[in-house]
Amino acid sequence: MPLSADQLEERIRGVAKGLPLSFGFGKSGLEVRVDKDYVVELCKLLRDDTELQFDYLRCLSAIDWFEEGQMEVVYHLYSMKHGHSLVVKVRVKRDDPRLPSVSSIWAAANWHEREAYDLLGIIFEGHPDLRRILLPQDWTGHPLRKDYSYNPVEFDEEYAGKVRRGEIT
Amino acid sequence: MYGFSLSSFCERFLKWTKLPTDLLVGVIVAVFIFFFMTFVVLALVYLFRKFVGFVQVRLGPRYVGPRGLLQTVCDALKLLAKEDIMPENADKGVFIAAPLIVFLPAYLVYIVIPFGHPSHFQPKDLNLGILYVLAITSITVIGIVSAGWASGSKWATIGGMRSAAQLISYEVPMSLSVIVPVLVSGSLSMKEIAQAQGDRFWHWNFFNLNYFGLTFPAFIIYMICALAETNQIPFDLPEAESELVAGYNVEYSGMRFAFFFLAEFSNLFVVCAIATTLFLGGWHAPFPFLPSEGLWSVLWFMLKTWTLTFVALWIRATYPRVRIDQLMEFAWKRLFLVALIDVAVVSLIAATS
Amino acid sequence: MSKLYHSSQSDVDSVRPGEAIKTDKLVVNMGPQHPSTHGVLRVILTVDGEWVVAAEPEVGYLHRGFEKLAEMRAYEQTIFLSDRWDYLSSMSNNLAMSLAIETLLEIQAPEKAQWIRMLVAELQRIASHLVFIAAYGLDMGAMTPFFYCFREREKIVWLFEMLCGARLTYHYVRIGGVAADLPEGFIEALEATIPQLKRGFDEIDELLLYNPIFIERTRGIGIIDPQLAVNYGLSGPMIRASGIPYDVRRCHPYLFYDAVEWDVVVHDACDCWARVWVRSQEMRQSLRIVEQVVERLKGMPSGNVSAKVPKPIRPKKGDCYVAIESPRGELGIYIVSDGSQKPYRVKIRGPSFVNLSIAQRVLPGAKIADLVAILGSFDLVMGEVDR
Repeated sequence: MPLSADQLEERIRGVAKGLPLSFGFGKSGLEVRVDKDYVVELCKLLRDDTELQFDYLRCLSAIDWFEEGQMEVVYHLYSMKHGHSLVVKVRVKRDDPRLPSVSSIWAAANWHEREAYDLLGIIFEGHPDLRRILLPQDWTGHPLRKDYSYNPVEFDEEYAGKVRRGEIT
Repeated sequence: MYGFSLSSFCERFLKWTKLPTDLLVGVIVAVFIFFFMTFVVLALVYLFRKFVGFVQVRLGPRYVGPRGLLQTVCDALKLLAKEDIMPENADKGVFIAAPLIVFLPAYLVYIVIPFGHPSHFQPKDLNLGILYVLAITSITVIGIVSAGWASGSKWATIGGMRSAAQLISYEVPMSLSVIVPVLVSGSLSMKEIAQAQGDRFWHWNFFNLNYFGLTFPAFIIYMICALAETNQIPFDLPEAESELVAGYNVEYSGMRFAFFFLAEFSNLFVVCAIATTLFLGGWHAPFPFLPSEGLWSVLWFMLKTWTLTFVALWIRATYPRVRIDQLMEFAWKRLFLVALIDVAVVSLIAATS
Repeated sequence: MSKLYHSSQSDVDSVRPGEAIKTDKLVVNMGPQHPSTHGVLRVILTVDGEWVVAAEPEVGYLHRGFEKLAEMRAYEQTIFLSDRWDYLSSMSNNLAMSLAIETLLEIQAPEKAQWIRMLVAELQRIASHLVFIAAYGLDMGAMTPFFYCFREREKIVWLFEMLCGARLTYHYVRIGGVAADLPEGFIEALEATIPQLKRGFDEIDELLLYNPIFIERTRGIGIIDPQLAVNYGLSGPMIRASGIPYDVRRCHPYLFYDAVEWDVVVHDACDCWARVWVRSQEMRQSLRIVEQVVERLKGMPSGNVSAKVPKPIRPKKGDCYVAIESPRGELGIYIVSDGSQKPYRVKIRGPSFVNLSIAQRVLPGAKIADLVAILGSFDLVMGEVDR
């Protein structure tokens, strides 16, 4: 049976005894904010607890909070068995964005985390195969960052017998 | 009955020219068969495209010539005008020879097909007719494997291997099913087999009441193997475009590709013609009171052959492809067994009656 | 530089008589240009004879940077962008984006607009599934179902053209409602089309779905275990063909899906045939919904189809995640607003992107000849995978 937001909060507080969490309520339902060191533990509890059973990761998004000097990773979870949803938010420092990977808990996170790394540069520790997914492997920079600037790459190209200067912007 | 007789005309012409008759007759027949084969392929490709178009809720070729009749001619001209690309890794000699090896059997089989009743409608009646057909069509396999190997591309090689496996596997039930008409008529000669089926359609080998209709499986098996031997859908995995392996003729372009194409459609006509001879009574009319001599015999023959071709094209338009291992399993586990049992049963009946 | 894969040296020379044949694995590229990978998908296969040992899909050939583009455009302009994510179900993309922005703005479209949105979403589902069946039949070698499916699809696309003037990228569902009311004669044309579509579906089923050769090629192929499906985040027909009845229209209802009668189509077989069957049945359920919506729409007067949307659109600071059931699965949009006219972050959860990730798990163990069957049954649209 889907638990209401208050019941969810109560249950999570009970199950995650001692973990520093803060709760909020947004347009997508109950939100839990947690520190990056406790993400994996919390997510395992969320997935395995019988009343919660958040076994479906709907979306993993990453946001670049340039002004605040932080990056945020947002997890949207859903329970197939019970039907309740949850949002988990984690903030990391922008200069050294690292947090543990949850791909061992939900395999769906694998490609989502690769995309977050590719476009924003967040490094997920423990990820089995963290490399670029949408951009070519030799791309420099992370485009979705707010301070991303285009660095044209110049090269010499031979075409129809002549060599000319080309540029990738 | 008819004043015009091709062979007597040829003989009079040759006497007039005072040249060695045998050689010249052979050359003329060869040229004639070549033109006939080309015409058959032209008609067949046009029919194929129009018919498949109608099945697929569209019209097929329309603009080239009246009602699109000249489409195939233009396609052939286009292929002739294309650049002849030779891949760098290709084995040159074999690359050039492979289309010819595939084309020749398709051409040589026309010699023993009895298109009509008086003998001049069959270029040569070998008394080992059907054995000659089976032997010659086996040469196609060498051509296809050579084409795949010589292309120098690993995909073409795999395609060639698969095609070879398919062709060799389906030759076995085909040969077994061909034994049935041979048993019924007691001769390997194509003319004798057609002759023995007589004027009544219920005595034709596809459903021979003399044998209680038990030759029917042989007909079905022969048709299925015929489709497999000519790489038609549902057995066209080795040359399909949308498969992982693009096919043994992927590196061929222009005239060389035209040879493969010509050979494929010619083969389709030829196997249907052989099926007509073996199972559908050849040139005979379905009822005794209908005429079966001279040009009438050619008409009946062509009618039956083109009906079988039409059915083959219909299957091509409708069915998906069979996977290579399912194809092999089908040939070895099912067709082979049924063909074997059929041969045993028919030979029992033939021996006891 | 990107990794170049070389095939291993031929080991024919290294075979000596008396020694067991040493087989080597071959690394083969099913390149971005291929008639059977729908769109630009590259799959790097490690093959041992006929068996696939490892498969790695490489995506990104169609990456156009929609998420970055959306950050530089006003909210109204992002709807233009949404047409092109999953170009075969443009109405669904528009709907997802519009619902997301409306949730941020806390406004709701008027009732007639909601019904029209449902109508076009379901018609779009039928059109998209028809393309899937057509392309899948073509991959299997059956050329004829392709034309039959497109004949049916043409009827729907013609209706859409009557509605909004476009045949592929509609840009019809907008923030606050829809672009314009239903034109004169639309309902009549739609009602005339519904029985034709029903007959068409039956014909296509008989031609392709229940063809013995097709069944041989797709039964038991590409089995995805239900637990694996949930763990990998699959959605849409992929997960419903593995027995899990997850449909966003039922589990997180939007528009008026809880006010009409329809069934969630589920199948237990977990194989390719089940996925094709689920999509075929979904088309019929969509038609059922369309009939009920048409009944409602007939009674509504022509009028207001767009809510009062503040100009310029400046949502309050906040974020929201809104998902709809697109023909391919759960299409989710996560928008973060910082109070300005442009979105701060738009994350598009493309269903094909998540569905494709299971290919690494499902393809190994299959034969090369089955690859086309399995990849085809994923119903990928690369526009959505790469964005």
